[in-house]
Amino acid sequence: MAEMMKGNIAIAEAAVRAGVRLYAGYPITPSSEIMEYLSWRLPEVGGAFVQAESELAGINMVYGGSSCGVRVLTASSGPGISLKQEGISVLSDEELPALVINVVRYGNGLGTLFSSQCDYLRETRGGGNGDYRCIVLCPSSIQEAVDMVSTAYELGEKYRVVVVMMTEGALGQMMEPVTLPEFQEPKRNYWGFDGKYSYKKIGIFDRDSKKEAVELNKKYAEIKANEQRWEEEGIEDADYVFVAYGVPGRSTLGAIRELRAEGHKVGLIRPITAWPFPEKAFEHINKNVKGIITVEANATGQLVDDAALFTKKVLRADIPVYALPFVYGVPPIREIKAKFAQILAGEIKEVY
Amino acid sequence: MAVERKVPAIIDNPMSFCPGCGHGIIIRLICECLEELGQDQNIIFPIGVGCSSNLGGGLVTDRLHCPHGRAGAVATGMKRVNPDNIIITYQGDGDAYNIGIAESINAAYRNENITVITVNNTNFGMTGGQMSVTTMEGQKTSTSTHGRDCSITGFPMRFPELVASQFHIAYAARGTVSSPAHINQLKGYIKNAIEAQMNKEGYSIVEVLSPCPINWNLTPIKAMERIDNELISYFPLGEFKQRSVKEA
Repeated sequence: MAEMMKGNIAIAEAAVRAGVRLYAGYPITPSSEIMEYLSWRLPEVGGAFVQAESELAGINMVYGGSSCGVRVLTASSGPGISLKQEGISVLSDEELPALVINVVRYGNGLGTLFSSQCDYLRETRGGGNGDYRCIVLCPSSIQEAVDMVSTAYELGEKYRVVVVMMTEGALGQMMEPVTLPEFQEPKRNYWGFDGKYSYKKIGIFDRDSKKEAVELNKKYAEIKANEQRWEEEGIEDADYVFVAYGVPGRSTLGAIRELRAEGHKVGLIRPITAWPFPEKAFEHINKNVKGIITVEANATGQLVDDAALFTKKVLRADIPVYALPFVYGVPPIREIKAKFAQILAGEIKEVY
Repeated sequence: MAVERKVPAIIDNPMSFCPGCGHGIIIRLICECLEELGQDQNIIFPIGVGCSSNLGGGLVTDRLHCPHGRAGAVATGMKRVNPDNIIITYQGDGDAYNIGIAESINAAYRNENITVITVNNTNFGMTGGQMSVTTMEGQKTSTSTHGRDCSITGFPMRFPELVASQFHIAYAARGTVSSPAHINQLKGYIKNAIEAQMNKEGYSIVEVLSPCPINWNLTPIKAMERIDNELISYFPLGEFKQRSVKEA
């Protein structure tokens, strides 16, 4: 039965039920409820919780836990996720899975406490040094986020990659009715250290980066082929297709439904995986579409880059791609509709 | 009774340390202790960045290269999920005390049940001999070319003394490899540290003064002499925190 739960708490409980047995992290608004909840909840199920001295230490504790083959979690926001990039890069290099939840807040540097989508480019391009990708999940409701937690671990373990769940301040803080998933038996992955050197690992001095690059590309190609996830509505006959994810994706869905009712042929692609980007959805777009419009909660427009890239790749036509960056918060339906009117009136120019 | 001293089974590959380096002796001692304590098939090494990384190439055990300075945190994550494995961090002074001071201090502060071995050669060896937090006053390095000026860079840090005096840890000691007598003494310290972890007494650390002839610009013998004549007076050998629980 569904019960009203706060986003961060529901996600934390879903992690416990997915068999997570180590959380390490450092408090930061608007993500802190995740660690507060797990500080007492994980010991109840025989798991470990460490309040780390920093986000750097937190992600490195997670690295240590993952190397032993258990399901591990950390969460943070804004500058905290910046500090975690060192560990995310190292986890990726060692092909150790972990779930990192970024409850995105707005701003550069210390930033603000406003809900936002300003970390899109960083999360979808790796984020730390080197050349790697994380699978990036971007739920638009608490139920979707909760259902995704188990999937996140399955994907991470299948492909041996870090999975980033990019929620937003709004999703973490709001309450919605949620049905929690069933409990899973915690597992030990076969590569986990047991002190007996049961799993033979190639030492860093014996690695061949050129050969690894071939394998890496193969793996990423497989992820792109098999793991694109999205929701779409009304794009087959649309004159204009909106692209928006997360909570803004939800309000954009409301906007396109109202616009449809008012006689505008509009549709929506809502990415559920930001990486791999759901380019397959673009194959369903009306070939005579007049424009692609992203709705984003950031300052400069980031999702628009991917929307334009895949418009070119899939549609092979010079279709204008617009960005509606609302800086922070959840773009209201009436404002999305007003901006759409401005696009139709030629008052907002395309980005690409 | 005489006991044959064989190379411990978990040391399988040659390691590429410079001639006259102390790392080889230290790694050998750790592995001998693990074998003698019956823990050589129950060991995970989170390894630092720098010359200490070479441990990874030499041993056939579970081992993981950590980001620079973070071994204290990585070891914490390992120990919390695998409490019955012996976890030994193997780090240099630059790794553990410069870039990793936060992770090192906090692992000690929590009295994390891990063992820390820090090889103190008073410089960043791997990157070409830069000044570290343990570089002696007046010591010339590639970033203190006129000799370390402690008035603007601080004085050499004595980490085992710091954590032994301030935190509730299980064991802290400093040894060296400058003579057979010192090597035997050091082996006793390492054994104590591992036993403390086996008995779940808490955090144990052994710092080892180790020669770096290449970056000290000394012959191997002169480098050993520098330890005895110059370093020990500032970095005294001995136990700074003794185990309160002794084995039966």
